[in-house]
Amino acid sequence: MREITLSQAVNEALAEEMRRDPTTFIMGEDVAEAGTPFKVLSGLVEEFGTDRVIDTPIAEPGFMGMAVGAAMTGARPIVDLMFGDFIFLIMDQLCNQAAKTHYMSGGKLNVPLVLRTNLGATRRSAAQHSQSLQALVAHIPGLKVAMPSSAYEAKGLMKTAIRDNNPVVIFEDKLMYQDKAPVPEEEYLIPFGVANVKREGSDITLIATSSMVQVAEKAAEMLAAEGISAEVIDPRTIVPLDEEALLKSVRKTSRAIVIDEGHQSYGVTAEIASRLNEKAFYHLDAPVLRMGAMDVPVPFSPALEDITVPTPEGVAENARKLCAGEMIHAA
Amino acid sequence: MPDTANSDTNLPYALRAYSREDLVGALRKMFLIRKFEEGAEDSYTRGLIHGTMHLSIGQEASAVGSCMSLTDADKITSTHRGHGHCVAKNADLGRMFAEFFGKETGYCRGRGGSMHIADVEKGNLGANGIVGGGLPIAVGAALTAKRLGTGAVTICFFGDGANNEGAFHEALNMASVWKLPVVFVCENNKYGMSTSIERSTSVKNIADRAVAYSMPGVTVDGNDFSAVTEAVDAAVARARAGEGPSLVENLTYRWRGHSKSDRNRYRTKEEIAEWMERDPIRRMADLLVSHDILSEAEVGALEAETEQEIRDAIAFANQSPAPLIEDATRFVYTEEMA
Repeated sequence: MREITLSQAVNEALAEEMRRDPTTFIMGEDVAEAGTPFKVLSGLVEEFGTDRVIDTPIAEPGFMGMAVGAAMTGARPIVDLMFGDFIFLIMDQLCNQAAKTHYMSGGKLNVPLVLRTNLGATRRSAAQHSQSLQALVAHIPGLKVAMPSSAYEAKGLMKTAIRDNNPVVIFEDKLMYQDKAPVPEEEYLIPFGVANVKREGSDITLIATSSMVQVAEKAAEMLAAEGISAEVIDPRTIVPLDEEALLKSVRKTSRAIVIDEGHQSYGVTAEIASRLNEKAFYHLDAPVLRMGAMDVPVPFSPALEDITVPTPEGVAENARKLCAGEMIHAA
Repeated sequence: MPDTANSDTNLPYALRAYSREDLVGALRKMFLIRKFEEGAEDSYTRGLIHGTMHLSIGQEASAVGSCMSLTDADKITSTHRGHGHCVAKNADLGRMFAEFFGKETGYCRGRGGSMHIADVEKGNLGANGIVGGGLPIAVGAALTAKRLGTGAVTICFFGDGANNEGAFHEALNMASVWKLPVVFVCENNKYGMSTSIERSTSVKNIADRAVAYSMPGVTVDGNDFSAVTEAVDAAVARARAGEGPSLVENLTYRWRGHSKSDRNRYRTKEEIAEWMERDPIRRMADLLVSHDILSEAEVGALEAETEQEIRDAIAFANQSPAPLIEDATRFVYTEEMA
């Protein structure tokens, strides 16, 4: 199978869906000729024109709100938010408007929009361009949240997101845009709420999102060399969450670490760990461990930044302790 | 633009532009709004409505006059003080009351309440509990209209309080940059809750802000039905012709407090009395009577008729069933639609 980058996969998904559905359009900052700072959208304005690949002023709350209004009236906007950190700017339109409109209207108004944005530290971009804020939006009923872990997921989840009648937030990892993965030439969609078992194992379950899937897979390889069999599961969407798949794995392995690049406190890892505790407690041989980003604004200095996010070594170390029955205290 | 019913240029605009039937219909809607608000207030006092509400008594000409040239295909976005906009856009009163009463038969099946009535069939995209929240949404609806070529115009209602929100400035700028078919109608009732426009806003008239976004801006007596209609109709026509957005400021006044918690400490009895003298409904009735469109007796009959409609609407709401408890999470996502 051919291999393409995550960036190309997103670009293909957008182009295919925009060809398929004339009500779709992209709006955001520097999306047309510039194709975004990450060049993910390169070439789309040439094919679809500036009517459908719309450069906006720097006015995030304004264009996010416009997307809500456009979605309510028959269009399917795809909003490009240049950095995930800018979500704080659009919170009212995303969480008070987009997320609640269908419910508050008793099901009469739909808001079929996609918010494309990103996450991820270690790009030396400091605290306002490095956050992973998926927990913030996953907390709000009415939004769906997808977290692709490779080019394959990025394409399949994006196509599903665009066809979904609800507001969907997709977080792409900034560091993965040039990562290649096998992606079929033929059309495919990845349904929401269906986890993917990336690697089977029997001693411990590593549940990981987005780029943390790579971290978990590397940890699993290290552990395999030591005779510990780790299962790696990627939920792919955290809302809806494929709780059954996670529970099934944990009931089998009886140990779990949940890894996500958002801050550890009150985060995605906390939510998933809590569900496992509630629903698989008697199957567990050890506490479910959370591994998120350190609870600190992301530091600029590489010396500091690299220690704020989960690493394969850190995951493997914690897995060893859990499998050895050692009590683990959070870092 | 509406058909010219009478070409005598000495007549007020509304009498030139609209037929007798349209004008009587407008007065009727203004009565309905007034009686609706009074009925809502009464129901609240009786404990039939919970929470709070924001009454638009005194602002009826702004709501009805602004919507005169709209069709059901045209959209509006509304505000927390939005009951009048719903009526102006032809909402069913029974379903409105049912929504207030939290009943399944309400416009939003009781999920939205007073601050969130949406009436999709009539082009009402919904009221909004966030000040300024509807401004970018209206611009987005106008973007759809332009992109998909629907020909629809969107009227974005907002209050004076919203003019200091960032969303206002972002929305007007983008509407102007892309020449979108939207009309921004500011209902300036002088106070954002208790804070007066003088204390909150750097320009004398909110319409003065239009110049910063290269669009026409006009301030009118918002209690003068004909003046409102003249200004908004021109703006709607401009939007429909593809010439872009406008800002119309209707100077008006709410007779009641901001919401049920308001103790009216920030304004004088004299000021309220003075504005009640400028009652938009009385002025509209006088206009129609003085031009022999209606007699005083017919105005009285019209008012009585609307009172009966409100009683019927309240009875419908009262008798309607509450939502089912097992449906509490229905409509969070579209898949759960029946």
